[in-house]
Amino acid sequence: MITVTDLTKRYARNTAVDRISFSVAKGQIVGFLGPNGAGKTTTMRMLTCFFPPSAGTASVAGFDVLEQPLEVRRHIGYLPEAPPLYLEMETIDYLRFVGRLKGLAGAELEKRVAYVLDRCAIGDVKNKLLGKLSKGYRQRVGLAQAIIHNPDVLILDEPTSGLDPRQINEARELIRSFAGDHTIILSTHILPEVEQTCEQVLIINKGKLVATDSVHNLQARARGAESVLVEIGARTGDFHPQLVQQRLQQSAGVSRVLIKEQFDRGAVFEIETGKGQFVRGDLARSIVNAGWDLNELRTAAVSLEEIFLQLTGTPAAPPPEPIASEPEPPEAQA
Amino acid sequence: MKNVWIICRRELNSYFSSPIAWLLLTMFALVFGYYFWTFISAFLEVSMELQMTGSTQPMNINEEIIRPLIGNTGFLEIFFVPLISMRLFAEEKRNGTIELLATSPVRDLEIIVGKWLAALMLYCWLLLFTGLNFAFLFRYGHPDVKTMAVAYLGVVLQVGALLAIGTFISTLTKNQIIAGGCTFAACLLLWLFSWVGAFSTNSWAQVLSYISVVPHSESFARGVIETKDTLYYLSVIFLGLFFTARSMESLRWRS
Repeated sequence: MITVTDLTKRYARNTAVDRISFSVAKGQIVGFLGPNGAGKTTTMRMLTCFFPPSAGTASVAGFDVLEQPLEVRRHIGYLPEAPPLYLEMETIDYLRFVGRLKGLAGAELEKRVAYVLDRCAIGDVKNKLLGKLSKGYRQRVGLAQAIIHNPDVLILDEPTSGLDPRQINEARELIRSFAGDHTIILSTHILPEVEQTCEQVLIINKGKLVATDSVHNLQARARGAESVLVEIGARTGDFHPQLVQQRLQQSAGVSRVLIKEQFDRGAVFEIETGKGQFVRGDLARSIVNAGWDLNELRTAAVSLEEIFLQLTGTPAAPPPEPIASEPEPPEAQA
Repeated sequence: MKNVWIICRRELNSYFSSPIAWLLLTMFALVFGYYFWTFISAFLEVSMELQMTGSTQPMNINEEIIRPLIGNTGFLEIFFVPLISMRLFAEEKRNGTIELLATSPVRDLEIIVGKWLAALMLYCWLLLFTGLNFAFLFRYGHPDVKTMAVAYLGVVLQVGALLAIGTFISTLTKNQIIAGGCTFAACLLLWLFSWVGAFSTNSWAQVLSYISVVPHSESFARGVIETKDTLYYLSVIFLGLFFTARSMESLRWRS
């Protein structure tokens, strides 16, 4: 549905987006993740034909953003970071205006307006001035205008920014419910949002794409290994965590052991194991055999937060290797 | 064309749903009413004097009232055009709604012409109320309708030209006050250039007084449609909208 190849945006002094490539299949929800100023909005603006790229190409729903910008815009619903509302208009008039702008008219327009009023739960404010609406409502009106012409692609720039927790949940639910009918790209700098809403993640930093993968794979791949958290205690005798660490290190399949936490008569170790090796059983056995208590043993899910820090991390750390999934077969263009 | 109308209609609605249109109408009606009253009283005084001295020469309403009155509405444009045009793009840029327009399946030119047309129609609506004053003249005299229509046409063309300049200036900034101030300065300059011709006759003065909007309105006020003056206004409108389109394009490249 969306294919981006070497997309670049240069400004006079800096490069905001530097040769990023990715593709999004129909019906997917893709999270566009990156710190502020990473180039998320710039990329989205190129996709929505707000401005043209400096180099590279992108096609949306089979139309090229440079060659056929009007066609691309017809197939895109866009919610900028600040919902583009005319504050002196009533909700319903505003939706009619946007609908007409996107080429709807007559009975079809009325049908779509009624549909989005219902879908985004803004029917009760349809005759209110947009300037008088709360932030949550404004955001929902923003979403309503984005889907009014039933676009193939939805591009949402930080759709939950500035909302309170309840509104954030409502907005996420709404966005999730759009998936399937629409292909969605949403940008955010809030990690849990991606974990909760998206199937795929594109991580962007300083204009470069550092990772593109499914949330699940990314978590698994980030360390190239699984890690296991083990809490070991001892009821009698001395307990030297360093000693335990050495012993654990010698078990088969273990690549690294870290002491995460220490307390009086026990400690928590993080044990990294080679990829795809099932060492938990061996570990448990050797711990028990050594006479220690195995209080807890679980696999540690790497949070996206850690991946994110790792990928976009401090300059002191060696630059992370770009992690990319196997290139998807180019999608058949409609 | 359909899109132009969609944009234009929203723009007009926004003028009328905010106090702007009504405030402008009040000010315009007040000032114009005052003009009308002074011209009428002067006209009556003179005609009374003429009657006392026994002159039989009839007075011409067209020459004595309508022509100077419409000439003076030209002066009002300097104040009203910036007030109307300053928000056209500046407000959209500030609110971020420009992003909605610029990512809709609408051409830039349709947006620009729609907005400019809305501003022009608002001004025509103001002019409509000057007709109320003239209605009295029709009741008590015999003004020439054709002359009046041509004079109005001249005003509309002149307003269109100034609004095109204002539209362009409005794309340059997010700040309505700056847009309004600069448009005011531009309109005032275009007005004052006509004075240069009165002081000197060198080629610079001639160029400047040709650029000025004032001399071009005189033929219309007399009831004559001069090709050269019509062409002047149309080219200013074209240039203004052309620069607006370029400015909007650069907005896309820069922002």
